[in-house]
Amino acid sequence: MSDQARRIKRGEVRAAARLMRDLDDRVPGAQAVLRELYAAAGRAHVVGITGPAGCGKSTLADQLLEAARKEGQKVGVVAVDPTSHISGGAVLGDRVRMQRHARDPRVFIRSLASRGSLGGLSRSVFDTVTVLDSMGKDLILVETAGVGQDGVKVAGAAHTVLVVLAPGLGDEVQAIKAGVLEIGDIYVVNKGDRSGCEPLLRSLRWALEGKPCEVVKTCARTGAGVGPLFKLIAEHRSALQAGAGWQERSRGMARAAFLERLEAGMKETLSGRLRREKSLQKLQEDLACRRTDPDTAARRALRELIKRGQR
Amino acid sequence: MQRKIRVLIAKPGLDGHDRGAKVVARALRDAGMEVIYTGIRQTPEAIASAAVQEGVDFVGLSSLSGAHNHLFPRVVSLLRKLGAREVQVFGGGVIPAADVPRLKKAGVREIFPPGTSTQDIVGWLLRAARKARP
Ligand SMILES: Nc1nc2c(ncn2[C@@H]2O[C@H](COP(=O)(O)OP(=O)(O)OP(=O)(O)O)[C@@H](O)[C@H]2O)c(=O)[nH]1
Ligand SMILES: [Mg+2]
Repeated sequence: MSDQARRIKRGEVRAAARLMRDLDDRVPGAQAVLRELYAAAGRAHVVGITGPAGCGKSTLADQLLEAARKEGQKVGVVAVDPTSHISGGAVLGDRVRMQRHARDPRVFIRSLASRGSLGGLSRSVFDTVTVLDSMGKDLILVETAGVGQDGVKVAGAAHTVLVVLAPGLGDEVQAIKAGVLEIGDIYVVNKGDRSGCEPLLRSLRWALEGKPCEVVKTCARTGAGVGPLFKLIAEHRSALQAGAGWQERSRGMARAAFLERLEAGMKETLSGRLRREKSLQKLQEDLACRRTDPDTAARRALRELIKRGQR
Repeated sequence: MQRKIRVLIAKPGLDGHDRGAKVVARALRDAGMEVIYTGIRQTPEAIASAAVQEGVDFVGLSSLSGAHNHLFPRVVSLLRKLGAREVQVFGGGVIPAADVPRLKKAGVREIFPPGTSTQDIVGWLLRAARKARP
């Protein structure tokens, strides 16, 4: 085992942080270190936190951190914020809400930019979680970058999914549209100190009738309701572990990570070949002149790609 | 492979104004960098520890309270203690020119006086990053 992998397994912050950075930047060799860690990882409870912008995900994560630390757990946080499509840069502001835990040696908080990934995650989320897991974290919180219309990938990246909503964001309809009502294990109505929680709770309970999930109210600002929420999270873990659920979710997470990598790899290969190969260029030329149509062109390209990919 | 530049922006000390720090954060984002913003009233310990966890190339400190002579060098030395020597610390805010040599001697790489354009800050960061990772 490499020295870096060994140091990460001992829980060394700096070694872990550097690997995370190299993974995110796709530095050659970084994946080889992750490979050494992968087999022994998979012990941490990964909890996804999703919900519309400003509903209080980070503040809630901070409160959950506090609750977990009181129980002596080691905790990792991965917080994703969107990358600007124009500049490729990002301001990552989730950490602001959790800074009181910055010096706690048993807490590791990492901010990630989505870097073009859809679904509120970053392509590096899975890898970052694996590193935290290898450090021996008991609990890993994954905060997504809001929920958009482009699918809610966090469902495949966590054992337990919290969907956070808040009154006054006008997000009741939006939440249903974005499909979050299918993915939550626990629904949290946050900002319990504000008016409008009761109608939101009622319509949630109505919409989720008969589904195997919980609905709770919290106030992340004061911490009210966080105790019961933390208990529900622990119970969800126990329930998963008592049956086949844990195994199933873990398999789903591995599969999601695999698919993400596969898709990215295919896209890269594809765009390279579309640029380089004569027959494929010709096809695109034909398409531009309407000598063929997009569907026919795509089918022919696919046949071509697979045929030659096998050689 | 292209490395993103990652920068942690923090406000140590007790004053509660972070307008300037936020303007710089946005300018760096617009230049394609990833900026981790940690907010006001941060202790040097919390800043250094966050910088290590976030794996940043730079830490940008803003101070309006006059405590920079103590706080900036402290961040530098804590980063060293944590083994993150390669992290470059720069500063801005209200800092008298007379204090600059002492800060630089303590390991602060650059101080941007009031009125520095964000473009100049971006330019310095790009150059410093290139030098550090050619
Ligand atoms: N009144 C009230 N405000 C809250 C509560 N929880 C969070 N907030 C405030 O809501 C704002 C957004 O909180 P965040 O925790 O940053 O929300 P978020 O969902 O992480 O936001 P994004 O990451 O930008 O999507 C902040 O000003 C919080 O102080 C709450 O329970 N009550
Ligand atoms: Mg947030």
